[in-house]
Amino acid sequence: MNRKNKEVFIKYLFLLFALVSIIVLGLIVFSLFREGMPLFATVPFRDFLFGLEWYPTYDPPSFGIFPLIVGSLIVTAIATLISVPLGVLAAVYISEIAPQRVKGILKSVIELLAGLPSVVLGFFGMVIVAPWLQETFDLPTGLNIINASVILAIMAIPTISSISEDALYAVPREFKEASYALGATKFETIAKVIVPAALSGISTAIMLGMARAIGETMVVLMVAGGAAAIPESLFDSVRPMPASIAAEMGETPYRSAHYQALFATGIVLFVLTLAFNLIADYVSHKFKQTGSATL
Amino acid sequence: MNTNGMAGARLMRWRYLKQTIFFTLVRASALLIVLALGGILFHIFYHGLSAINWEFITRPPTHSMTKGGILPAILGTIYLTVGAVAVGLPLGIASAIYLTEYAKQGRVIRLIKVGINCLAGVPSVVFGLFGLGFFVIFLGFGSSILSGSLTLGFLILPTIIGAAEEALKSVPQTFREASLSLGVSKWQTIYRIVLPNALPGILTGSILGIGRAAGETAPIMFTAAAYFTAKLPGSVFDEVMALPYHIYVLATAGTNIEATRPIQFGTVLVLVAVVLGIDLVAIVIRGYMRRNKRW
Amino acid sequence: MAANDIIQIHHVNFYYGAVRALTDISMQFEKNKVTALIGPSGCGKSTLLRLLNRMNDLIDQTRVEGEILFEGRNIYAPQVDPVEIRRKIGMVFQKPNPFPKTIYNNITYGPKLNGVPAADLPGLVEQSLRQAVLWDEVKDILDKSAMNLSGGQQQRLCIARALAMKPDVLLMDEPTSALDPISTAKIEELVEELKRHYTIIIVTHNMQQAARISDQTAFFYLGNLIEYNKTEKIFTKPDVKQTEDYITGRFG
Repeated sequence: MNRKNKEVFIKYLFLLFALVSIIVLGLIVFSLFREGMPLFATVPFRDFLFGLEWYPTYDPPSFGIFPLIVGSLIVTAIATLISVPLGVLAAVYISEIAPQRVKGILKSVIELLAGLPSVVLGFFGMVIVAPWLQETFDLPTGLNIINASVILAIMAIPTISSISEDALYAVPREFKEASYALGATKFETIAKVIVPAALSGISTAIMLGMARAIGETMVVLMVAGGAAAIPESLFDSVRPMPASIAAEMGETPYRSAHYQALFATGIVLFVLTLAFNLIADYVSHKFKQTGSATL
Repeated sequence: MNTNGMAGARLMRWRYLKQTIFFTLVRASALLIVLALGGILFHIFYHGLSAINWEFITRPPTHSMTKGGILPAILGTIYLTVGAVAVGLPLGIASAIYLTEYAKQGRVIRLIKVGINCLAGVPSVVFGLFGLGFFVIFLGFGSSILSGSLTLGFLILPTIIGAAEEALKSVPQTFREASLSLGVSKWQTIYRIVLPNALPGILTGSILGIGRAAGETAPIMFTAAAYFTAKLPGSVFDEVMALPYHIYVLATAGTNIEATRPIQFGTVLVLVAVVLGIDLVAIVIRGYMRRNKRW
Repeated sequence: MAANDIIQIHHVNFYYGAVRALTDISMQFEKNKVTALIGPSGCGKSTLLRLLNRMNDLIDQTRVEGEILFEGRNIYAPQVDPVEIRRKIGMVFQKPNPFPKTIYNNITYGPKLNGVPAADLPGLVEQSLRQAVLWDEVKDILDKSAMNLSGGQQQRLCIARALAMKPDVLLMDEPTSALDPISTAKIEELVEELKRHYTIIIVTHNMQQAARISDQTAFFYLGNLIEYNKTEKIFTKPDVKQTEDYITGRFG
């Protein structure tokens, strides 16, 4: 029975390794709360979340992250508006229309786009796009909402496109054949049969793309302009949460109120992306596609 | 009958017109994505190539980082990436072995998978905060290669688990059955048959995660990256320069931002070459393996 | 219960989730005989075969009731190690499934892991390949990949691989269904030869094959054992109408 016990031991050893992801998730929560929660001893949670003024280095400081939340949400929303049609249509093209060769090339292109480091995209937005925007539209600065949103969209497209493509690809061929056999055109088959059948996968793709955009740091740090105020136009600068954390953490004294406020901002950001991911997970399981599963 | 035919023909024309419009949109989307990647790469190569020479990649920066090379940043990125792989790869493979070989469908596996998905969605700046709060402060590793590698290692863990799971699943079930039917234990079957056959797939899949580790900025900002160090690191407890952070620093906080543009572009080009080079190798090997699959 | 029964099955039920795949099966397998399990697809014959070396353990959410005695011991008793059972009860699968290793390493894979000394391996390889009537075809290419062999050769290699473990029983799950007629004939001859040393239980959907090579035949239908008797009897005058309908091809 010795060998049998050894086998059981090995199994539980691997279970332990498999639990590492959850343990790390737990440690993330632990670290964020350990460093961030003390803030709420001095700053009320409501003032933190809904305060309109983020002046962390003034005397007395004010830690209202509402403008940062608005900044995050607005660049994410616009990036979504840009990236969803492009990403989903590109996925339709790859899975349903493109010739075999083009398909291979396009998939590689999207993979390479996904592989571009965010700091490179941020740099591109800052050095190439921003001056162009500033000149063309005669703006005070090219580092603004619209610039950040476009760059974020470029980052989100690979996520949206590749997961949507998996979902489209998984639609059983029988569905398509049935539609063609009834005299539907290719467009009608795509619009009325294939896309609806893949809708849960596409929704998941969109949620994950948005999660990626809202949590992205370097792009908004370098391109959004950094103004911690509620914007009035698309050409205004904003300071999304990740930008604020990344920009200020280096200069703040250890365990000062400002330091704690940045960790607390991290908690908000974490909860927000966690929500997006859990919704995506829920959607992909609840409305599991017929045929082979998505994801 | 005649009018019916006329109306029918008109309807058909309309149906095909819709299809043509749709296809044009779809192709335009795909083209736009290709152009985005092309445009970004073009600018990087166009501006970056002139900065690159032997000195640039073999010398440390001089004159407050306005002249000289980027050797410490290249080495730092290599150290951090190797460290991240050393953390992420074994853990990722072990997790995937549990999920594909041992776990039975049920609550535990569902919980673990949700955990992995959530971990994959944690924003990179939150990973940075976690690394700061946990490794740098709580465990007292300080800002160091060790802290940075651990942070990046957990960042790429979900990617590696996904790649390893896919590779393990692609090993035919018949191999496992054949081995077990010979009175070979489960662990030996995994170790002698399943793993060796899955390893090429695991490694190519993981390379995409490795590329990501090399290109990330936010997670190392507070955990490992130094603004400037002339000396090369002596131990894992030393801070290092790193390519992504160096780009950020030069582009936003350098001593002479405009004058160092060529150095910035050069550094971007090196980083892109490293990351996309890694990805491209993976994509090519994967294509080769798919064509030459023996089972 | 004759003394030369090597495996005895007592009132076995088997479930995939909530679906019952085998109902109250009781039967014995005689030592050094060839027993054929026949029946239409989905009748439970392969499921029963895979119960005999606990291969169904690999499938999630399955459940066994009843007893299967191998040499008088219940192989489903809690303290039994399935690895031990599979060493003594070898298996050949429907599709040839050699490992992507050399021919030599395919044969030595099992024995090596079960502690056969390295010095004995070359002899064991030759002996197993000879038993499987493959030696002459492969003796010069032992270090070549098994994947280069033809389907029929691969299947005989898989038989040799199973024999290298010196099992008492050899389970064969439709071993010729993926092969051409010539390879099939070779395997059938081989079975004839092997039964002198081994107990063989073979699942087949090919009734002529069952008639040609087996001593005993069991007919299954919808998870029930319908009739079990000498092969001659089953194929000439079966007791049950369903059996007759099946073997005469009048089956719905």
